[in-house]
Amino acid sequence: MNFVAPVINYSQVLPILIVLGTALLGVIVEAFFARDRRYQIQVPLSIAGLVLAFVWILKIRATTSITAESAVAIDGPALVLQGAIVILGIAGLLLIAERKLDSSGDAFVAQAAAIPGSEAERTATLAKLTQTEVFPLTLFAIAGMMLFPAANDLVTMFVALEVLSLPLYLMSGLARRRRLLSQEAAMKYFLLGAFSSAFFLYGAAFLYGYSGSVGFRQIREAIQTNAGNDVFLLTGIALVSVGLLFKVSAVPFHSWTPDVYQGAPTPVTAFMAACTKIAAFGAFARLFYVGLSGARWDWRPMLTVIAIATMVLGALWALTQTDIKRMLAYSSVAHSGFILTGIVATNKAGLSGTLFYLVTYGFTTIGAFAIVTLVRNASGEATHISGYAGLGKRSPWIAMLLSLFLLGLAGIPLTSGFVAKFAVFSAAYESGSTVLVIFGVLTSAIAAFFYIRLIVLMFFQDPEEDGPTVAAVPLMTTAAIALCATVTLVLGILPNALVHVIDAASRFVF
Amino acid sequence: MEAAHALASGTSSLLVWLVALPALGATILLLAGRRSDKWGHLLATGLSGASFVVGVVELFKMLSRDGESRGVSQHLFTWINAGSFKVEAGLLLDQLSICFVLLITGVGTLIHVYSIAYMEHDHDRRRFFSYLNLFIAAMLLLVLGDSFLNLYVGWEGVGLASYLLIGFWNQKPAYATAAKKAFIVNRIGDMGLSFAIMIAFTAFGTVSFQGVANHAGPEHKQVMTWMGLALLLAAAGKSAQFPLQSWLGDAMAGPTPVSALIHAATMVTAGVYLITRSNFVFDSAPTAQLMVVIVGVVTLLFGALIGTAKDDIKKALAASTMSQIGYMVLAAGLGPAGYAFAIMHLLTHGFFKASMFLGAGSVMHGMNDEVDMRKFGRLRVAMPITYLTFGLGYLAIIGVPPFSGFFSKDKIIEAAFNAGGARGWIIGLAALLGAAITAFYMTRVMVMTFFGQKRWADDVHPHESPKLMTAPIIILSIGSIAAGALFAFGSSLQLWLEPVVARGFVEGEPALQPIVVSIMALVAVALGVALAYVKYVRVPVEAVAPTNVSIWTRFARRDLLQDAFNEAVFMRPGQYLTRALSFFDRKVVDGAVNGTGALFGGLSVRVRRVQTGYVRTYALLILVGAALVLAAMLAARI
Repeated sequence: MNFVAPVINYSQVLPILIVLGTALLGVIVEAFFARDRRYQIQVPLSIAGLVLAFVWILKIRATTSITAESAVAIDGPALVLQGAIVILGIAGLLLIAERKLDSSGDAFVAQAAAIPGSEAERTATLAKLTQTEVFPLTLFAIAGMMLFPAANDLVTMFVALEVLSLPLYLMSGLARRRRLLSQEAAMKYFLLGAFSSAFFLYGAAFLYGYSGSVGFRQIREAIQTNAGNDVFLLTGIALVSVGLLFKVSAVPFHSWTPDVYQGAPTPVTAFMAACTKIAAFGAFARLFYVGLSGARWDWRPMLTVIAIATMVLGALWALTQTDIKRMLAYSSVAHSGFILTGIVATNKAGLSGTLFYLVTYGFTTIGAFAIVTLVRNASGEATHISGYAGLGKRSPWIAMLLSLFLLGLAGIPLTSGFVAKFAVFSAAYESGSTVLVIFGVLTSAIAAFFYIRLIVLMFFQDPEEDGPTVAAVPLMTTAAIALCATVTLVLGILPNALVHVIDAASRFVF
Repeated sequence: MEAAHALASGTSSLLVWLVALPALGATILLLAGRRSDKWGHLLATGLSGASFVVGVVELFKMLSRDGESRGVSQHLFTWINAGSFKVEAGLLLDQLSICFVLLITGVGTLIHVYSIAYMEHDHDRRRFFSYLNLFIAAMLLLVLGDSFLNLYVGWEGVGLASYLLIGFWNQKPAYATAAKKAFIVNRIGDMGLSFAIMIAFTAFGTVSFQGVANHAGPEHKQVMTWMGLALLLAAAGKSAQFPLQSWLGDAMAGPTPVSALIHAATMVTAGVYLITRSNFVFDSAPTAQLMVVIVGVVTLLFGALIGTAKDDIKKALAASTMSQIGYMVLAAGLGPAGYAFAIMHLLTHGFFKASMFLGAGSVMHGMNDEVDMRKFGRLRVAMPITYLTFGLGYLAIIGVPPFSGFFSKDKIIEAAFNAGGARGWIIGLAALLGAAITAFYMTRVMVMTFFGQKRWADDVHPHESPKLMTAPIIILSIGSIAAGALFAFGSSLQLWLEPVVARGFVEGEPALQPIVVSIMALVAVALGVALAYVKYVRVPVEAVAPTNVSIWTRFARRDLLQDAFNEAVFMRPGQYLTRALSFFDRKVVDGAVNGTGALFGGLSVRVRRVQTGYVRTYALLILVGAALVLAAMLAARI
């Protein structure tokens, strides 16, 4: 048997390659440029890379093809999600690059390798060291995220999963303040991520055992012809699901989420909350809609139960949180449940609803976390929600923007969140999952409670004495917030343009 | 019933300007703010006048067409387009609405002119004029709308303008309260209109006049009855008819030109317009019609009785407005026999009542804003023009020939008797009684204000008002002299309106000869005047209201206990209800909510224990989850 070089349509994977290439360039910058010059180079370089990638995505927007020896599928859903990830990546990068908020530099530790509280750390802090590795790390993560929803076989999917996860593990541990919390978060994330990856791999092995291939099309055909051993198939589905459900923080695989979201530097939390979810749900949808669609009567009940548990428990947990980052983490868990509602619908409306939801969710989430980076006291971000009391009186604009994002997350009409919730719920209803819709609506009501409680706190209570304040909002954060707020409002009032784009794109290639 | 005819047979692109010009004025004045203080009143007056000119142009265009094709319409835009429910925003100008257009813009413009002088020293004159323009625009929209929904927009608009103008001097809490009272009572009526719209939509799928008219007929009697009752509620609210009459007296808190324009000549007659416009509804619903008649009769006596005991000149006039509108509503309730007379009385009333209100304003202007008639007396010497014009209005309202009120009221009384049988006698006699009481209390007003001894304080120096104020009054007086004869001569108004409100209606044999009715009416008036003469001319009027009066006077002074009634029947139970509701809300709803909150909170605390912070627990949780997922997937196969 002769070795045949794989056929790769480079144009179609170019957005991923651009981001990867920029990341590599960033590594080179780290190696060859003086420490104090790196920031000036890294930020424009990273953003330029992402912008270029986005431009290329626009250029190939009509592509529907399978390339790289059927390892990668570039089609409507993949391109929509890649575009969203890149734009949200830019917003996240702007927050990560912000150096005007923290008096001692950026949000990241002066020297990551130094033991928290040690002499070395103190020295590094006093020397006002700042690191710039976070930029290439972010780009590597973005590249992995872009590949994840385009992966067309289990191995590529696994590789993408690891490419996106490893940088995130590191980035979670980089917080400048509350070092121990941050390192603990990174450690937990890594251990549990590795644990769940093992499940994914084991499941992939079972699916290979069932169909004789890791390719989605082959698995699909095997299911259609009922070729292999059912137990292998079902075991494979179960274990692969566990790996993916971990990434989207579905109950009961969510437990890392609050700890990591709280411990990680807030800009990283913002980035990861938005982009990881998009990528993971993209991969989820492709695997279940393409590879496993023939077995949908087997996995739908299981996912339905998980979706309900995720919605209900996520909202329930969020109720009693006193830390805004943890509250948003649990809210992200609940949102996973809502998005799963769209996945479980297994119809075209479900797919387009899911895609729309992901896009809107990404923008509101980054926006909300961006505001969290602004509310500060002497020791850094004031994440206890009591610090938000009376914010509406001190900084009405910031409070109004946070309210907008919270209303968006709650799914109140005239924000994008409402349209998104409506889309997934109506898709689920159409597919006959009435129970899911009932739970979804009830849970939305519970969830609205804790979002609106925060709004009430901001506008109807007096500020605490010497509570946290919002200083002048620096440029890059302003840009990120403005982008998110605009999208949240525009998609709430005039969702049609995006709905049409996504509707036209909602077709997987296989 | 014959198939409904087309309400409009042509189009006119001018109609929108009728509404747009004053609306533009209101917008400019409100947006420009204090910058327009210097010229705002002139602009507002000019635009109101321009709207009047457009109205006159439309009148002449209408006169050039024959009776069947006088209605014109203008389509503006598609307002609502939701599936089978479609509402066009359109205007309709026919013989009925042109009467209103000319009344509103004509009297409106005169009152603008009057207000320039009346409000001269008011710091907020510009704001006042912007509200006046807003009112003119809304009122025109009300009478020009071609569907119930379009009418509703204008209806709410005039309600808003009325609220803003009653409370114009809202620095006085009593005035602000009066504005709120008017607003709330009107709201009850507005609910009726929205019910009517909902009924029309549910039953017929349309809310346009034409659409509903197409369904008129005995086969829809029940729907039409409900709709008619809902419309009657709306009319009662806006026109201060029983049982929603209580707000009008307090509405006199607004500046006097407002009382003249909105609370006498135009807005309060919107209810009569609504009933007349909806003639196709009421003609198919005899029960609703009977209710209209009852409301009209009750109110005309109610208002007249209140009028006998009021010492506040504006409140006395307000009571008389209520009573006169009662006459109009009564006439409108008589069906095709009465619509034209309702409108005729509405128009003549618009002239003489506006002129009397402006006269009252003129008196107040000369008397340091005093309104207590017991402090007037003998003003005919100090204010000859006001005295003369007010006197003409007085002769008109009590119905002395040949002044305008005689013709219009006489026709209504005649139509009432002609209603037939016992019913005709009851309402006819009630209308006669009303005419007698009207003559009594209006004579009382006249005597207390202009005759007898001077009773004002020494530091008051009554004087005639400036020309800018007297000129509009004089013009309105000409209307109160001549309008009635003009409309009645050769039944001109009746024939003019016939294509709209009385199509195919043939007058039956009258129960009483017109001349008999006229004589009876004149006798009633003479009795009323004589009684007032005995009580207020022969016996000098006291400067302070006597307290040792009969229970009936006390009863009337307290507005026949309307407020006490409302307070006891609606407000108190309402308060108890809200208190009970708030108690229920606090204990039960909040309890349930907080309980639910506490339940979820408690659940949350409990489930939170899973979140130990130990990575081993998390891993175990994932393992258990994986096992469960696996078990669930395989369960079916084992």
